[in-house]
Amino acid sequence: MAIAPVHEWTLLEAARRVREGEVSSRELTEALLARIAALNPKINAYLTVLPERAMAQAAACDEERSRGTIRGALHGVPVGLKDIFCTRGVRTTCGSRILHNFDPPYDATVTSMVLSAGAVLLGKHNMDEFAMGSSTETSHFGVTRNPWDLSRIPGGSSGGTAAAVAAAMCFGGIGTDTGGSIRQPASLCGVVGVKPTYGRVSRYGMIAFASSLDQGGPITRSVADAALLLSVIAGYDRRDSTSVDVPVPDYLAAAGARVNGLRVGLPREYFEGGGLDPAVKASVERALKALTDQGATAVEVSLPHTSYALSTYYLVAPAEASSNLARYDGVRYGHRAEGSAGLIEMMSRTRAEGFGAEVKRRIMIGTYALSAGYYEAFYGKAQKVRTLIREDFGKAFGQVDVLLTPTAPTPAFRLGEKTDDPLTMYLSDIYTIPCNLAGIPGLSVPCGLSAEGLPVGAQLLANHFREETLFTAAGAIERAIPLPRVAPITG
Amino acid sequence: MAITREEVLHVARLARLAVTGAEADRLREQLSGILEYVKQIDRLDTRDVVPTSHAVEMGTPFRDDAVSPFGDREALLSNAPEREGDFFRVPRIIED
Repeated sequence: MAIAPVHEWTLLEAARRVREGEVSSRELTEALLARIAALNPKINAYLTVLPERAMAQAAACDEERSRGTIRGALHGVPVGLKDIFCTRGVRTTCGSRILHNFDPPYDATVTSMVLSAGAVLLGKHNMDEFAMGSSTETSHFGVTRNPWDLSRIPGGSSGGTAAAVAAAMCFGGIGTDTGGSIRQPASLCGVVGVKPTYGRVSRYGMIAFASSLDQGGPITRSVADAALLLSVIAGYDRRDSTSVDVPVPDYLAAAGARVNGLRVGLPREYFEGGGLDPAVKASVERALKALTDQGATAVEVSLPHTSYALSTYYLVAPAEASSNLARYDGVRYGHRAEGSAGLIEMMSRTRAEGFGAEVKRRIMIGTYALSAGYYEAFYGKAQKVRTLIREDFGKAFGQVDVLLTPTAPTPAFRLGEKTDDPLTMYLSDIYTIPCNLAGIPGLSVPCGLSAEGLPVGAQLLANHFREETLFTAAGAIERAIPLPRVAPITG
Repeated sequence: MAITREEVLHVARLARLAVTGAEADRLREQLSGILEYVKQIDRLDTRDVVPTSHAVEMGTPFRDDAVSPFGDREALLSNAPEREGDFFRVPRIIED
């Protein structure tokens, strides 16, 4: 059997071959750097590429292996990180002009964990500015294009990571998800994306958007790859006060487990209404059939407060963002406006120049919702509705083990199609947002292609800290529905 | 739920965002639309509902109050837009 080109290997395959000495880390890294050099000018998935650093890391891994030392599960395997994770000595922009020159003095915990597992860092991935967007079009550094069709968006906000993984410009990447920012681009780029339980992955050094919702997680070309990558980054971190100290189970074993007896819930609210594309609906039904064919049972359930999730999210997230983004004031790091007479003028002009339109809009909504006289009516009310949404899931998980839904209402849309109307753009996260409000884990797995040949993902949701159930169900869907792992790069 | 141009300018001042006249008009329109949409949640009776600030239930974590020096002062200061020795330099704080 012919061996697939190096860049098309799964992360698991690449890791095994380096470990067993079938290939060197330098060969893998060179192949992927060549792939990035050829494709990144078209796709713009990477904001920063680190050829010298990556080759030096690869050489060190090869040298260590020759002495019999293996650092960890990712020894010598090239990966990328969303440009929201601080990387010591490597510019970290969060897709914003205000951080265009920020050189972090420390590594995020996710960065340290990936590096100590032996991974080679190829570079930093493009994203919507401060992770606020669903298309990667709000990046200050230009849009990322979908490798399945270059006239379309890759989704967002982790669009650079999803596009880089789909185009085989890395073996895997880490994104972040506040309202769907891992799962929605994974769905639109035909790859696997996991938003872990809130508190499962440390947020230390991950630039904050909405602190009660943000979680980092893997984006990969296979379910087993995602399981392996999550096992590398999950775990307690004393430097994140919301990190939860519970053991990390064997996710990789869960990805190969059987689904017979698994109770799969279909929340009826996610399939009603006119917004759901028929091709998406048909693909999700195919995913359900894959599960029931393998012995799972389907149960219809109700999450009655679903229609209030988007409103709740667009109060909670901007309120927290307006507070988190107050730190960008031109004093200690980042952009500063020139020629101001006083401090307040300097800060106001720095922020006006440094932030893009979507970030300003959300800071304004958040500041308004938290301002005197409005706090109870907006933020306070939204926090109560959040409780109702959380309780809906609690009741559903009394009846079923996992929920199956569409990840996004449509396949990838065209560049510029939704940039004029913020509310229309927000609706592309309608199925992913409730999961963040409830703090539960969610996963998107490819389950079909539309008539135009665009990827469609199915979303799986489980109860707090039940990521294994997601990997088991997603593994069963992946085995039953074979789809191309690497995007064809057309358009 | 319409908000006024004056409210937009007030909120922009609170948020330390300099806005132009055209931006204020556009923001007034867009924020009014978004606030109109999110006010849907008013239809729900939440009198007896406890608010959620964290989705995963956990207590307050405690640790020893021990100092751990960061150590690399230069790495911090080298990001400063303007510095003077070991200080961050800013424009005058008390404006006339």
